[in-house]
Amino acid sequence: MAGDVMSLTRLLELPGDLGALRGLDLAKLLDVARSVETDPMHQFVIQRWAPIHVGGLDLSFTNASFFMLLAAGVILLFLTLALSKRALVPGRMQSVAELTYGFVSGMVRDNLGEEGMKFFPFVFTLFIFIFVANLLGLIPGFYTTTSQLVVTLAMSMVVITIVLVVGFAKHGLKFLKLFAPSGLPILMYPLLVPIEIISFLSRPFSLAIRLFANMLAGHILLKLFGGFVISLAGLGVAGIAAAILPLVTNTAVTALEFLVAFLQAYVFAILTCIYLNDALHPGH
Amino acid sequence: MEMEAAKQIGAGIAAIALGGAGVGIGIIFGNYLAGAMRNPSAAAGQFTNLLIGFALTEFTGLLGFVVAMIILFG
Repeated sequence: MAGDVMSLTRLLELPGDLGALRGLDLAKLLDVARSVETDPMHQFVIQRWAPIHVGGLDLSFTNASFFMLLAAGVILLFLTLALSKRALVPGRMQSVAELTYGFVSGMVRDNLGEEGMKFFPFVFTLFIFIFVANLLGLIPGFYTTTSQLVVTLAMSMVVITIVLVVGFAKHGLKFLKLFAPSGLPILMYPLLVPIEIISFLSRPFSLAIRLFANMLAGHILLKLFGGFVISLAGLGVAGIAAAILPLVTNTAVTALEFLVAFLQAYVFAILTCIYLNDALHPGH
Repeated sequence: MEMEAAKQIGAGIAAIALGGAGVGIGIIFGNYLAGAMRNPSAAAGQFTNLLIGFALTEFTGLLGFVVAMIILFG
């Protein structure tokens, strides 16, 4: 049993007096368990690291801004390192970079055709930024920037602005045919046009809320099960035995979160492609 | 009724939306699997549509989740 408790505390990396835990003092273990922050929403709090106020605007450098910069830095570093050699037969790093490129370019080509390849840099940037930001958020102690609605909404607003600008620039007022699909009985149009307009207007919000809510829900779930482990471990020997169950669940949920991190980046990119396709070829 | 109690009950009711999303996602993956078993050669081409359908269905449940969060913490 003593071995169990030691490995458990090591796995959880409980802060506080770890020397006391080695002596297996259950009263002190209880104290440590109670001192740990178990509020699942605590991880999403924005902290101002360097307050900057310009006029009435709050432009402070926060933990969210830092981890966005970190994500951009990791991407730059990885792509520069991976593609610096440019060998004919790629190594491991270069293969990963080329696979990512091929994956996104295939996605853009399938959805937008050859003329849509001018949007490839945009879609690639969105995909890799969201993917890396999601992955960084999974590292314990790191901040998940994509769990902030303002971050995801900014990205989806850029997408929808590009769709509108490209659509009107390329087709002029014919772009409005997007809201009135051809070949329907005339009576259907008063019903259909408002539905199409509402559907179009809800796109940026659905795109943003999907990413934000997925990240929020996943990280709350991780924290909740982590909290179960700690509060059960504080109950004594029987509690520590029972705490193994949420620990195993948390491990499985972490694996699921890696899948979600990729899936949400993929979904964001592919929906961007579909919306851009509407801008290039309106009128269904 | 106490405000705090009403909030908790309201958040619980809002979370029912996730049940509907669960049913929807199950139908999508189940039908994809059924189709893929009948015609495995066509399955790979429809994988993108599967994920898009999954994302659109999941969104309805996530809206319920966000509403629950707003009720609890907003």
